[in-house]
Amino acid sequence: MTDLRFTPGQAVDVRRATRGGSWRVAAYRYKNMSKWMSSVIAFGLGNPILNLIAFGIGIGALVDKNTGGHGIAGVSYLQFVAPALLASAAIQGIVDEVTGPVLDGFVWDEYFFAQAATSLNHKQMINGIMIIASGRGLFTSILYGGVLTAFGAIPLASLLPLILVGVGSSTAWAALVFSWTSRLTDANSVFDILHRFVFMPMFLFSGTFYPLSSSPIYLQWIGWISPLWHATELGRYLTIGEQIPLWLLIVHVLYFVIMFVVGMALTYPVFKRRLFS
Amino acid sequence: MTDLPMIKAVGLTKRFGDFVAVDGINFEVRKGESFGLLGPNGAGKSTTMKMISAVSQRTDGELEILGKDPNKKGPEIRAHLGVVPQKDLLDRELKTWENLYVYGRFFGLSKKYLKPKVEELLAFAQLEDKRNSKVDEMSGGMQRRLAIARGLVNEPEILLLDEPTTGLDPQARHILWDRLFRLKENGVTIVITTHYMDEAEQLCDRIIVMDAGKIMAEGSPAELIKTYASKEVLEVRFGTDRNEETAPKLQNLAERIEVLPDRILLYTENGEATLEKVIASGLSPITSLVRRASLEDVFLRLTGRTLVD
Repeated sequence: MTDLRFTPGQAVDVRRATRGGSWRVAAYRYKNMSKWMSSVIAFGLGNPILNLIAFGIGIGALVDKNTGGHGIAGVSYLQFVAPALLASAAIQGIVDEVTGPVLDGFVWDEYFFAQAATSLNHKQMINGIMIIASGRGLFTSILYGGVLTAFGAIPLASLLPLILVGVGSSTAWAALVFSWTSRLTDANSVFDILHRFVFMPMFLFSGTFYPLSSSPIYLQWIGWISPLWHATELGRYLTIGEQIPLWLLIVHVLYFVIMFVVGMALTYPVFKRRLFS
Repeated sequence: MTDLPMIKAVGLTKRFGDFVAVDGINFEVRKGESFGLLGPNGAGKSTTMKMISAVSQRTDGELEILGKDPNKKGPEIRAHLGVVPQKDLLDRELKTWENLYVYGRFFGLSKKYLKPKVEELLAFAQLEDKRNSKVDEMSGGMQRRLAIARGLVNEPEILLLDEPTTGLDPQARHILWDRLFRLKENGVTIVITTHYMDEAEQLCDRIIVMDAGKIMAEGSPAELIKTYASKEVLEVRFGTDRNEETAPKLQNLAERIEVLPDRILLYTENGEATLEKVIASGLSPITSLVRRASLEDVFLRLTGRTLVD
C-alpha cells in the first residue's frame, strides 16, 4: 500500500486545463475508436471493393452493354456511380461516430457526465467528437478514393477534390445527425430508424444509381434535401465533368455549410442543458 | 485548517419547474474540513452536490467555490475539483490505467505528470494487479475505488463524493473509508453525501442534515447527537400489532419515545436501567437492544422519519 503524494490544487494549470479541450476529447475518442480500428478499416476497404465488383463487373457490365457501350452521361456505369459510392460510404461511416459514442455518453455508460466534471466545457466535448467524426470521414474517403483510383473508376487528378467533397459532405451530415442523437434519452430503435427511414431512401433516391432527373418529380425532392445527392453532383462534376451551372455548384457547397452550422447550433445548447444546467 | 471558505452558499436554491429541490440553504466548508450532507433519498443532497461540482446552475441565491461563481467560472473551478459521482461513470472500453490517464488528460495534465501519477493512484486504490483489466472484469468495490482514484488524478483542492459506498459490502466500505481518511490527512477538503449515518459519523467533521431541500440541523456528529438525541437508546419490540398500544405505557420511562412500525425507541441516559424499568412495569418485549444514540436518531427526531425508508 502506497501513500499518495498530494499537494491539493498544485497539479493543474488552469489556463492549460481550460484551453484546447476539443483536441484532448478528440485524442480520447481516437483512443476509444482505436479499439475498433480493425472494423473501421475492414468497412473502409471492404465496402468499396465489394461495391466496385458489384457495379463494375455485375450491374455495370449489364448497363454498359444495354446502352451500346455509352454507359450513362457518356461514361461507364462504374465511373458514373463511383463518386456517389464514395460519398455514400463517407456519409454512412461517419454516422458511427455521432450515434454510438453519443448514446454511450448520455444513455449507456453516461460517460459524458464524467467528462463534464472536468475542466472541459460542452463545446469542447462536442468539437472533440466532431474532430474524430471528420477524421473518420477523411479516412473513409481516402480509402475509397484510393480503391476507385486503383480500379480506374476516377481520374487521379480528381482524387483530392473528391476526398474533400467526401469529408465536407459527411461532416455536415454528422453535425445534423449529432443534433438528433444528442437529444435521445433512450437507444430504442435508433439504428433501425436511421437505416430504414433515412439511409435507405437517401441511398435509393439521391441519384446514386441513375440521374435524379430520371426519377418521377414527386420523388425528386428526396434527392434535393439529401446530402448524398449534393455530394454526388459535386463528385460527378469533378470526376466525369458533368455540366453544372455555377449557381448550382454554389448551392451544393452552401448546402453543406448550412447543414453543418445548423447541426452544430442545434447540438451545443442540448449538451449545455443536459450536462450543465 | 485556515478560515478561508472553500465553499460558501447563501440562500442556495434550485428549482425544477415548480419543484423546489434545494430551498435557500446556507453553509460554508472550510479548508481541510470533511463536510457531510446527510439526508434520505430526495432530500436535495445530490442536487446540492451538482451545484457544488459546478455542473448545475443555481436558480437563486449565492454560491462561491474557491472564491469563484460556478455559474460563470465552471471550467476554472472544476479544474481544481475531484468528483466521485454516485454512479462510477467509467469508460468500459478502456483499461483501468487508461481510465485514469485519459481523465487526467481532460484536465490538460502532461504525459510526464500522468505516467507516475497513474501508477501512484493504482497503488493507492490497490488496483496494481488490475492495471490492464477492463472495467467489467472488476468487482463493484474495485470499480468504486477506481472512480475515487480517478477523482484524485488532478490533485484536487476539494474532493466531492456522492454516496461513495452505496451498494458496497461492509469490507469494501471499510477499505474506502481508510482511503478517504488518508486523503484527509493529506489536507484534501472533502464533501460527502450519504444516507448512511455510520459513514457520516466516521468520515465527517461537520454535517448538515437535509430534508425536503432544507437544512434541518448543522454541527459535528457528536454535537448533533448531544443536541437532538440522548446518550443511549433502548429499542424494544412487542410485535407489529402491539407496539402502538404499548407505547403509552412506556411514555414515562424515558426522556422521549418514538414509535416505529416494527419497534419502539426509548431515548435515555442509561439504556440498561430503562430496560429494567420496562420489565418491572410488567411489560415483556419480544426483543430488546441497548445502543449508543446515532445520527439516525437525530434525523428521526428532526423529521419524524428514518433515513433509509
